Amino acid sequence: MLSSTADCLFWLGRYSERAGNVARGLAATLRMALLANPLSAADEEWRALMIATGCEPGFRQRHPVLSQDAAVQWLALDPENPSGIAACVEAARRNARAVRTALTVDMWEAINDTWIEFRRLDSSAIKGDRLPGFLDWVKSRTLLFNGAAADTMLRDDAWRFCHLGTMLERADNTARLLDVRHAAFASDAAADAANYAQWQAVLRSISALRAFQHVYHARLSPAPVAELLILRPELPRSLLACYSRVEQTLESIAKANGGGRGECHRMAGALHARLRYGRIDAVLEGGLHDFLTGVIDQNMVLGQEIARFYLNGRQP
Amino acid sequence: MTKDAGNNVAERPASAFDEMRADGGIRPPYAEMARFLEATGQAALDQKRREAEVLFRRIGVTFAVYTEGGDPERLIPFDVIPRILSREEWERLSKGLEQRVRALNAFLADVYGPKEILKAGRIPAELVLENEGYLKQMEGFTPPGGVYTVISGIDLVRTGPDEFYVLEDNCRTPSGVSYMLENREAMLRLFPDLFTAHRIAPVNHYPEELLETLKSIAPATCQGDPKVVVLTPGPYNSAYYEHSFLADEMGVELVEGADLFVRDHVVYMRTTAGPQRVDVIYRRIDDDFLDPEAFRPDSVLGVPGLMAAYKAGNVALANAPGAGIADDKAVYPFVPEMVRFYLGEEPILSNVPTFMCEREADRDYVLANLDKLVVKLARGSGGYGMLVGPHATQEQRADFAARIQARPGDYIAQPTLALSTVPTLCESGIGPRHVDLRPFVLFGKSVRMVPGGLTRVALREGSLVVNSSQGGGTKDTWVLDDAPRCLQGAAARGKSSQTQTQTQTQTQTQPAGAVPGPLPGPGEN
Repeated sequence: MLSSTADCLFWLGRYSERAGNVARGLAATLRMALLANPLSAADEEWRALMIATGCEPGFRQRHPVLSQDAAVQWLALDPENPSGIAACVEAARRNARAVRTALTVDMWEAINDTWIEFRRLDSSAIKGDRLPGFLDWVKSRTLLFNGAAADTMLRDDAWRFCHLGTMLERADNTARLLDVRHAAFASDAAADAANYAQWQAVLRSISALRAFQHVYHARLSPAPVAELLILRPELPRSLLACYSRVEQTLESIAKANGGGRGECHRMAGALHARLRYGRIDAVLEGGLHDFLTGVIDQNMVLGQEIARFYLNGRQP
Repeated sequence: MTKDAGNNVAERPASAFDEMRADGGIRPPYAEMARFLEATGQAALDQKRREAEVLFRRIGVTFAVYTEGGDPERLIPFDVIPRILSREEWERLSKGLEQRVRALNAFLADVYGPKEILKAGRIPAELVLENEGYLKQMEGFTPPGGVYTVISGIDLVRTGPDEFYVLEDNCRTPSGVSYMLENREAMLRLFPDLFTAHRIAPVNHYPEELLETLKSIAPATCQGDPKVVVLTPGPYNSAYYEHSFLADEMGVELVEGADLFVRDHVVYMRTTAGPQRVDVIYRRIDDDFLDPEAFRPDSVLGVPGLMAAYKAGNVALANAPGAGIADDKAVYPFVPEMVRFYLGEEPILSNVPTFMCEREADRDYVLANLDKLVVKLARGSGGYGMLVGPHATQEQRADFAARIQARPGDYIAQPTLALSTVPTLCESGIGPRHVDLRPFVLFGKSVRMVPGGLTRVALREGSLVVNSSQGGGTKDTWVLDDAPRCLQGAAARGKSSQTQTQTQTQTQTQPAGAVPGPLPGPGEN
């Protein structure tokens, strides 16, 4: 496959996933902010989401004061925010159009219809009562795209690079969502209502509140929540599940492309192994924040290594 | 002549030949179509037109216009009433087209080689050698297979039952073939009954023919199955849909300049499995942008070193750089001469008489008759910078007169032809609209064509400009293998049409002369 085609498919997977993730983050934060008055400052919630999505520096440049309206506008509709939903939809569609013939009709329609619909939106779409509906819609569009890809694509390199992007982005997102609330997982964190709400918010933002009950049959507490998100193979958004898919996918790409392997394969293997054989006690002891920033950094390097090996076009 | 009649003539100076109705009757290829249109009515046709639009939008057959604001991805209007040619008409055209393309290639090989035609004084040497379209880098070089115009689009117009003229030759990167193919697909879905009533020559094998042709010009250094790619300027090009469509249909990679690189005079594409050698490039990028090392240094669309690789004989380019000299509007008047000079034959297809404003006598005539002529830029395309004299205002004509006097060499003029018309679905019903025809001619080891081509139609009443950038639309073009069969009013009869269709479908699936197999017994279905 052309390196540039692989590049577009990879970023199509990433941007489509990112749009859904930002919507999830927004929905969870909105809920926290509503409950916030007795528990913590609502603004703190919005600041936390900004940091988690990596959108804070750009936001601060344009908005001296943090307010819910400004934050939602920046994350959902402002095309100037490169990690906002609007820019993600635009970038996903641009990449999809460039490799239109590598996609199935269902995938193309999923992304193209989202784009068409998005262009019709005005700022009233995210005001007041309409915001939750809007966020559900974005989430459902990402689910539709992922479903269309999973159900209709040939399992060839086109599928692999798209899937690789989705999984890498998803791992990044899970790590960031957890990291932004790492304080609630510190060894001295009180088991009070405020922290309980934090643990809930983490689970809710990756649609795993119910899953927690199914796996642990217990009241929320920091170690199991962290374990579910980091080390449990059965949760599709856990770091372990994502890196397991990343490693597998890179392996099949290597096999389909002459068997050559590089730093990206080594890194993916190492990351996966560390999670597969890791223990949550050790992770928490070493500090959750340090662990997660380590993962986020390595995830970024892994992305660069994948680009270097497959997406930029090696020359002899 | 009465006064009234005189007025009529003045309003419609073009007493155009209508391809369906001539001499008060219906011409044979349209016999069934005329009945069908009669029986179907405006509302049903409008409905079909809307369906077609949804279809094209869905597939994404768009034409990108990035200069005028608004939605950049536009549909080219598609007219649901086809343009129909008989087999005999097409046979004659295709012979003429083959002859013309052979002559154009012989001309290119000659002017970049021995220059016999110039030495013989049949074409003024300076007209060719000092032309912007003449590419000095190609002198003394023979492209792989000796072919220059692997893909040509020859624009034809018609003025009578047997009068076809070549309006212009397109020897660089002619576009529109994707519309020819998509129009047929749309018609098959919209009007299956009509296809049962007509034996229409298929066109859908064009991509295979194109791929075969491209493979046939692979350079001698190529080993194994030639690796073919389509080189596009990218998604912002107006014809990007066509580039991706053709690559997809041929099953080859669609590449941009950045996907290719040259090492030791060999072209490679960057793939996830490392560099892969490329043998044939169907390039949809203009000469100027092909290679920043050979042509425009500021081009970011091309591939540095591509020309050197080409001249080292390691890659084939379709069409060859420099092929544009053959379709230059100043060279056009000499094409019939090329046919005689190289092939020793009389041209089958005529040229439109052309006045070259550079020549004093021609210029004087043009300036005196601007109200009767079409004036074109000698090096323009897409219908821009064009004056249709009879339809122009006094001011526009004065403006063009000034321009011609300032730079006579830039302009040519031709009589305003009464382009033929074909019934077309318009707001106010079915009306005659002017059309042209662009058949696509493939030339590798042999000449290949699919029957028909792209019919472009000027949708505005009375307009003669068919370019899609100027409000033109397209039609499906049918070449009939024999006279149409009667549909027996299937559309008009309502209920009975259902059974009619079913019988006909069955007939079709059973080829004539085939021995029918045993019918399944009860319960064996």
